[in-house]
Order: sequence, then C-alpha cells, then structure tokens
Amino acid sequence: MREAFVRALSELAAADERVILVNGDLGFGVLTDFIERFPDQYVNAGVAEQNMTAVACGMALTGARAYTYSIGNFPTLRCLEQLRNDVCYHQADVTVVAVGGGFSYGQLGVSHFATEDVAVMRALPGMTVVAPSDPWQAYELTRQLHRRGGPAYLRIDKGSAGVPAGDIELGKARQVRGGGDAVVFSTGAILGQAIAAADALAAEGIELRVIDVHTVKPLDSETICAAAAECGHVFTLEEHVATGGLGSAVAETCAEGRVPLKSFHRIGVGDSFPDVVGDQPYLRAHYGLDATAVAKTVRQAVVD
Amino acid sequence: MTDTDELALRLRRHVVRMCSRGGSSHVGSGLSIADIIAVLYGHLLRLDPAQPDWPDRDRFILSKGHAGACVYAALAERGFFDVSALDAHYRNGSKLSGHVSHKGVPGVEVSTGSLGHGLGIGAGMAFNLKRLGGDQRVFVVLSDGECDEGSVWEAAMFAGHHRLANLCAIVDYNKLQSLGRVSDTISLEPFGAKWRAFGWHALRVDGHDHDALRSAFADRADNRPTCIVADTVKGRGVSFMENQVLWHYRAPRGDEYAAAMRELGVDIAAAGDA
Repeated sequence: MREAFVRALSELAAADERVILVNGDLGFGVLTDFIERFPDQYVNAGVAEQNMTAVACGMALTGARAYTYSIGNFPTLRCLEQLRNDVCYHQADVTVVAVGGGFSYGQLGVSHFATEDVAVMRALPGMTVVAPSDPWQAYELTRQLHRRGGPAYLRIDKGSAGVPAGDIELGKARQVRGGGDAVVFSTGAILGQAIAAADALAAEGIELRVIDVHTVKPLDSETICAAAAECGHVFTLEEHVATGGLGSAVAETCAEGRVPLKSFHRIGVGDSFPDVVGDQPYLRAHYGLDATAVAKTVRQAVVD
Repeated sequence: MTDTDELALRLRRHVVRMCSRGGSSHVGSGLSIADIIAVLYGHLLRLDPAQPDWPDRDRFILSKGHAGACVYAALAERGFFDVSALDAHYRNGSKLSGHVSHKGVPGVEVSTGSLGHGLGIGAGMAFNLKRLGGDQRVFVVLSDGECDEGSVWEAAMFAGHHRLANLCAIVDYNKLQSLGRVSDTISLEPFGAKWRAFGWHALRVDGHDHDALRSAFADRADNRPTCIVADTVKGRGVSFMENQVLWHYRAPRGDEYAAAMRELGVDIAAAGDA
C-alpha cells in the first residue's frame, strides 16, 4: 500500500513543484526513487517529529503542499500539538502519512501499534481522516486528498483487503457486498475480514452487508444511516481501539440521525494494551477482530 | 529620541493599557520585548500593511505568544488595523486573544501560545522561501524559558544543518521564567555557545539598545542562521514591574495602572483614561 502512495505522490510531485515530502527518517527502500527524482521536493527532517510537523506547516504557510511521512504513532501522537496548533489551526496544507495502521507492525510491540490514531486525528478540527483498504485505494485517495488539500491524515496499512479496484470517492462510503440482515462498517485493510465473515455467514443464510468507510472524516452519514436503518443490526470493525474511532463515529451519526436499531456492536480493541507478541493475523485473531470473530458476533446478534 | 525609541515607548503604553483594561496577565513579558519589536516593526521588517499577504514580505513569528499584546500594538502602529481595535484585547467576542492569534488579525503570521512551536514553523518557512529563491527573511522571537522545550533544539538542529541564513531567532533573555529565575530552573548557559554548537551564528546584545539591535540584525552570516541572544529586563520601563515574576501574572489596575502610565509619560487622569 505504501508503494501505491509513493507512486501517487511521485506523479503529484512531477506535476506540481509545490509538493514537498518532509520525512521522519523512515521508508528505507520505499522512498529511494522519490528522493532521487525530486531532490528539491524532499527533505529528511531526521528523528524529530515535532519539528518535522512544524517545518511542514511553515512550508505550507509559504505556499508549499507538504506531506509528512513516518510510521505508527510517530507522525500523529508524538507531534499531536504541532498538528493541532500549527497545522489544523492554520488550516495548513499538510497531509500526514502514517505507514503501519493498527497491528501492521505486529511483532514490534505496543510502541509500534497505531491503535488510537483515528480517534485522536478525527477530533482535530478540520482534519480529514482516510484509511484505504487496498493499494489501489491508497493511490486513488492520495490523489483525491491532494485535490482537497490538507490538513489531512492518511493511514496506510501494511496489508490489504483484496477488494478489486473500482470507483471510489473521498468522503463517500462504499458498499462492497450486499445483504439485508445486518451491516458491518469497516475502515482500512481489515475490510478483508469483514468480507470473509460475510462469506461465511452467507453459507448459513445470514446476509451481511459490508460497507467500506475509507473516509472516517468527513463521515458519509447519509449512506451510513440509510444502511443502518435498512439492516437494523449494525456492526463496526476497525483495527483500532473501540473508543473514539469508526465505531464511535457510526454510533454518533446513527444516534443523531435517530436511526432505529435492533443492535449495535463495535468490534475493535478493548480498553487495554495488547500484551502478546504476534504478527498482524495472529493479533487480529487474538483480539477478536478477524473474520471468525466478526462472524460469531454477527451470528449471535442476528439469531438472538 | 529615534523613531524606534518613540515606537517602543508607544508600544509600552499600549501593552500596559491593554493589560490593564483587559485584566490580562503577561504585562512584564510585553514590556520585555518592546524594544526588539520596535526595531523589527519600526526599522527592519519588509512589510506592506495594505497587503498583509504580500508574498515578498518578511515573516515574523512571536513564538512566546504570551507577549501578544506587544505585537498587536506594533501591527496597529504600523497601520495593519486601527489603534482603537486594541481596546478589544482580552474582551469577550474579540479577535485579540491573550496569546497571539492570526485568525482575523491582519499581519499576524502564526498563532502561538504553547511554547516551542515557532522556531520549527519559522525554519519551515525559511527552508521553503530559500528553495523558491526568495530573499525574504524570517524572524522568530523566543523566550528564554521556552528554550527548555526540546522542540526548540530540534528546530535549531534542522536550521543549522540546512544553513538557513534567512532565519533569525531572537531570544528575549530576561532571566525569569514562570516560577523564578532561569538559572535556578534549567540553566541555559553557556547560551550563545549552545546555538553555535548547533551551527548558528550567535550574537549577544543589550535587548533594549536599539543601535545594538540594529547592528545585530545587520550582522548576518552567509551560510548560517543567526541567533541574537538579547539581554533584557522583564517589565522594562515600569520600575516596580522590572525583574518581578509577579508581573508575569498580575494585571495593573487602579493606582498601579496610573503609576505605570506615569512612568511611561502619560497622566491618565489628564488623558481621560482613568
């Protein structure tokens, strides 16, 4: 997925010299071509995310279209106040790119799990929040984010959902599977688990609708409320804590839209730090975020 | 008295008046930087009040945003907006917050208030302006206590590494921070040597001597950013506020206001401002 982002950014940089990438000293191998092709549109800010973000803001305030790049929580939580006060308050054209959403860096430990980023980023005024499911989405949404301009947050997963390429529009939730018994809203590459759960449930006669909410903010309330009203049983799935992210956003919009629901379940990481070592699929299964767990949760709610 | 001396005096009167009328803190901080701000806005900065967004303008960032009253006053004196607008400082519904804010205030480049943000933004501006081949300069005023923030030194390393000669930091070194003396809190010395070690051209001047400030601003290195460590006195110009941490917090009211203004050459009763 990160290669797709870099490919899109390279095209944008070639077309517009205002584009500049401010890197937090990461991306070994992935950024090599970009660095060689665009030496005047690239700077490595070193291991200094607060400064990386402030510098990107200063560049944007003098006409640049700046991108910051790092992994996990480094370009978001480490420099949160720079994002809030500098980038967002000044409505600076800065797009924050974090590689390694959720448990992407599974075995590396808690420091490298980006599992609160969506909640925190969506709380920032004016911040667009996007989590693509697949490389083709990362490519297309990078281009659409560029047209929209910052402040923006692009959460790049290591894995991908395996959803075939199709039409996608920033800010519009995307139905990827039909069904009327229940609906699951998902964001990021974990969408693949929602689809696999729907496949398993279909064999049992339960039709689970799957909707990809690649743009968490601004939220497509219209599509979400309509699907929730039609299906009644509503689930959210995210590789993120269940507090404050997609699940909360969907709950808020359904409540405010007075959508009558039969049940509502947020599937996400609970209020604790993961304390086992494992790769991304292992951790998803361990914390109840994989297709088996999703199918079980849906089955229980719908059959009851 | 030079033009900038006269401007500095007017800035001090504005700061005391704004802090008194608004009931705001940080009067001592505003008085501390009044001479630096007067030399910048009255002499050095390339600005056009008729076009606040003029691309070729120099950029000024008050990183110690709590001294915002002094910058608002300088912008008003330079004609970015009417001096009467200063009366709204700290008031309900106003644009002029205690910590300097750009929203709806012509001439303010960057909002600050949380310390340690301005130098990084300034470095980004200087980097991009240099990349575009411009000759604009970027000036950032920091407080001494602010230099406790690690982000200041991240920015200092970045600017030194990239040889941002178009960037100038001025540290308002009044030796007092929130709860007491800088030297008793986190010592900054050897201060100039720190900046030099980070790749900067560092100067130390009397921050209330306009000739010295003018010379320092002209003393640029070809390939290094400049840091002017300006020795100042917190509360400068009002004897009972000088070197007193109290006036980081207290707003001058009643007799204190009258006494402060008298020291700045204004009889508020005669001026109808009591």
